[in-house]
Amino acid sequence: MSQSFRLENVGLINKNKKLSFKFNGKTYFGYEGDTLASALIANGIHLVGRSFKYHRPRGFFGAGVDEPYAIVQLFRNGETEPNIKATEQELFEGLEAKSVNCWPSVNFDIGAINNFLKIFLPAGFYYKTFMWPKSFWYKVYEPFIRKAAGLGVASIKHDKERYEHKYEYCDLLIAGSGPSGLASAYAAAKNGARVILAEDKARFGGTLLTSEVNIGNKSGKEWAEGIISELKEMPNVTVKNRSQVFGYYDHNMLVMSERISDHLPETKKFHPKQRLWYIRAKEVLISSGSIERPIVFGNNDTPGVMLSSAAKEYLKVYGVLVGKNPLIFTNNDSGYETAIEFKKNGIDSIILDTRKDPLSEIVEEAKNLGIKIKFSYVVVAAQGYKKVKSADIAKLSDDKEQLGKIENIKCDCICVSGFWTPTIHLASQSGNKTKFKEDIDAFVPGSSKQKEKTLGAANGIYTLDETLKSSFEAGHEISKKITNNDNKISFPNVVEKKSTTHDKFWCVPLPKGKNYKRFLDFQNDVAVSDIEIALKEGYRSIEHVKRYTTLGMATDQGKTSNLNGLQLVSKIENKVVPNVGHTTFRPPYTPVSIGAIVGREVGKHSKPTRKSPMHSWHEKNNAVFVDAGVWLRPRYYKKGDENLFEASKREAKNVRTNVGVCDVTTLGKIDIKGPDASELLNRVYTNAWLKLPVGKARYGVMLREDGIVMDDGTTTRISENHYHMTTTTAQAANVLSHLEYYLQLVWPELNVNVVSTTEQWAGAAIAGPKSRDLLQKIFPNSDVSNEGLPFMGYMEGDLFGVKARIFRISFSGELAYEVNVESDNGNYMWEKIVENGEEFRIQPYGTEALSTLRIEMGHVAGSELDGRTIPYDNSLEGLLSKKKDFIGKRSLVREAFNAEDRQKVVGVVPLDKKTSIPEGSHLVKDSNAPLPNPKLGYISASCWSVEHDNPFSLAILKDGKNMIGKKLFVMSPLKNKVIPVEIVSSHYVDPKGERVRS
Amino acid sequence: MLHIKCPHCGMRSQNEFSYGGDASVKRPELGKEISDQDWNNFVYNRKSLRGKHWELWQHLSGCRQWIKVERDTATHEIFKTLKANEEIS
Repeated sequence: MSQSFRLENVGLINKNKKLSFKFNGKTYFGYEGDTLASALIANGIHLVGRSFKYHRPRGFFGAGVDEPYAIVQLFRNGETEPNIKATEQELFEGLEAKSVNCWPSVNFDIGAINNFLKIFLPAGFYYKTFMWPKSFWYKVYEPFIRKAAGLGVASIKHDKERYEHKYEYCDLLIAGSGPSGLASAYAAAKNGARVILAEDKARFGGTLLTSEVNIGNKSGKEWAEGIISELKEMPNVTVKNRSQVFGYYDHNMLVMSERISDHLPETKKFHPKQRLWYIRAKEVLISSGSIERPIVFGNNDTPGVMLSSAAKEYLKVYGVLVGKNPLIFTNNDSGYETAIEFKKNGIDSIILDTRKDPLSEIVEEAKNLGIKIKFSYVVVAAQGYKKVKSADIAKLSDDKEQLGKIENIKCDCICVSGFWTPTIHLASQSGNKTKFKEDIDAFVPGSSKQKEKTLGAANGIYTLDETLKSSFEAGHEISKKITNNDNKISFPNVVEKKSTTHDKFWCVPLPKGKNYKRFLDFQNDVAVSDIEIALKEGYRSIEHVKRYTTLGMATDQGKTSNLNGLQLVSKIENKVVPNVGHTTFRPPYTPVSIGAIVGREVGKHSKPTRKSPMHSWHEKNNAVFVDAGVWLRPRYYKKGDENLFEASKREAKNVRTNVGVCDVTTLGKIDIKGPDASELLNRVYTNAWLKLPVGKARYGVMLREDGIVMDDGTTTRISENHYHMTTTTAQAANVLSHLEYYLQLVWPELNVNVVSTTEQWAGAAIAGPKSRDLLQKIFPNSDVSNEGLPFMGYMEGDLFGVKARIFRISFSGELAYEVNVESDNGNYMWEKIVENGEEFRIQPYGTEALSTLRIEMGHVAGSELDGRTIPYDNSLEGLLSKKKDFIGKRSLVREAFNAEDRQKVVGVVPLDKKTSIPEGSHLVKDSNAPLPNPKLGYISASCWSVEHDNPFSLAILKDGKNMIGKKLFVMSPLKNKVIPVEIVSSHYVDPKGERVRS
Repeated sequence: MLHIKCPHCGMRSQNEFSYGGDASVKRPELGKEISDQDWNNFVYNRKSLRGKHWELWQHLSGCRQWIKVERDTATHEIFKTLKANEEIS
């Protein structure tokens, strides 16, 4: 197809490079430098989507970030992405895009029936309608709404693109490269400041690209190009295009998303698709410009109705006509600039100006060019369904309330200008208290909270001369503060046309007998009538009106709609706009892709994976791994066709009968040194530590100040002032912080140092009746007999040339040892143990068998020490010293902790000795009791006891100490199970603890 | 993201730190009689101030020192930071 709306010799695009692209399956052509929007308009395509609620036809409204309509589904290099603004997406060869929110096609959309049902879809429709009958929500309403809602579809495939994060520091961050951004960046850079200049679009220069101005005897565009190329050469300046500063956070942290590859057919090798910059700036200059606002009139959402500045941009930047018979509808001088550009390219337009008799250079110029102007005229309604065909216009009475006789004139587009709204989002996000500026009918930044200043149009300054002057000055002043340099730039001569005041008119009254939809929010289909209903129903706060009507809540966040919404509310409420106030501006300013936010923290990078030094051995020996915090631990070692249950049973059984070896490297280890080390332990642990002899280990429990168990583990006295503490894998980091807290803040007088040595030691637990035989074999020079190394004893040994620490401690309840060597020797140790253990029928065991062994032995662990239980609950009350004080002791006198029927850990066995008990199940007295059935306790851990060959569980049970022998029911509504059980002692195996001492 | 001046390491981003609550709370001395009310206040009761607040942070991914930070809870302005052994003024 030909580009019948493309102009020769106009525009900044590269006409030497033709690009083909597909839209809704059809192939079109555009040029390098086009956006998808400009290329479609060049091809005469104006119908690109359907509106959110009524499915009305949607075209293009803007030419950039403010676009509410032209949202498409993009297909690029085998990936698809929703929520792409056609006005921002640069064209590349082979681009494919589709319309969203329409079915079966954008031309014939079934959902458009909503347009005829609109009387039934007023503000708050969803809240009002889907309330009854209640049962319908779940089965009918929600699925229906979910199907109907949404603009585009997110891909469910893994995103193969790469996204990066970057942290950067600078003296001065400047957001926006229009006149104020360029001037301030230039002044600051010349003064030696480290500057980052960010531009959202592909081209630098902002409005200088489209306005007829002269700076220092150059056109605005040439001047901008000169400044940019000079800035790019300076080592203290970073200039970034396609980069949106979208969030202003605390302490001058700003976040910017850089679209590195979105404009290319595919991402180059070793390049990311997007990069997120975290920028900590000493000072920030906001030069984000302003966005033209629409005037509200009937059917003002018809494709072909667009902002006059957008029409000008399509023409001047892309050489594209948005129409060949344009109607300009304006309340200020900006509309004239667009009309003049049309005229220069041989297109006659008609200007409707709401003002009675404005006098200014631009108006004069338009008159002299012979452009037809109708003063005090308004567009009453656009006519045409899928594209503007004509406009109903009328003369406006002097009081601007009454319309004269309605005439219809032919036109193919309506370019609207309702004056300009400063883009104050970043300033407001920084905490700046905005203020209302009467003469421009808009909010501007007020007093700064952080180190930020707003320049130019974003600050409500609409003349180039003033903008440049104040921006040069700001750039100079701020950089001077930072660098102490004082290089002044000579101020260039500026030539611009003088404009006159705008008309505060913003909404065309409805003619008698007509009920045209007059839209405020174009993406969310919020019309004047919706706001009126909301106010009638009693909504007053602008934040509530917003949420009830969804005004300004779409992906464009009301960039073109918010101010007109405020105007309407203030008119109905008979208030002035500043008293209505505006809704909060929250980051991000524009949608940011989830990929960019996540960065490299994807897949296995979402958190670090920690592996023990023996990991490769486990892998070679068919270990099936499980995540234990950030660690990967062998869950079981698969033999043949074994499943988890069979393998863990075999491994646990082997520990009970022969000997097993388990990788316990992940246990937290803290090295404690200093003359007051014993005193620290004595205060941190609940039991006594002052008299622990050198070469002995002791089990200890530590509490939080509120009396709840924090962690447990064994600590060994290596020498007089040197201890080796172990913690559970999960609590290792917390325990270290806990110790540091008390040492640094509470008891700084204690002379103790603590340091984590978790990663310095590799650990192997050797457990089972034959463990001593094995130990003797690998430490032939050490006396590891029951006398030489008694239970809870410690010694150092020589493991075939490697120094080792040997602890006689047991988690499995069997005769057991833990051997630690320096991490580098971990694998060597492991291999020696396995090799020498062969004759004792050694088998490695994983975490599943480890759990089985500890559960049937009644050793409490993480599932019992769950942050809700006190020592008594875990039958650890014997470890509470009566003689000394310790952390959390004072809390243990609490009444509930000492209740007669206080919960306690017990064992649970199913009466049929067959049915496994799901963890998390509840214990009740009567399984048939009416609901809610009083819960007596819960199952904390379950296993298949290898000793008794039947299921066994631990439970935390109310009045546990008096429940042994009682029969209860385990109920698991989740698994739909009711199991009659008997309560037994939690020590299901070797209750006297003889094996560990054997 | 806050920018916190660690008295040992200098200006660092918030993600290197972890929050530790009210810095003015003093742990009662070990082994000393204390009323239920006072103990309860120490363990549970904290003011939720709007405005200047001395609080503890630990420079977890740095020097691992606990530090005291005077911060405005409403504006996030940080006025002063102290080492663990320095008294709040």
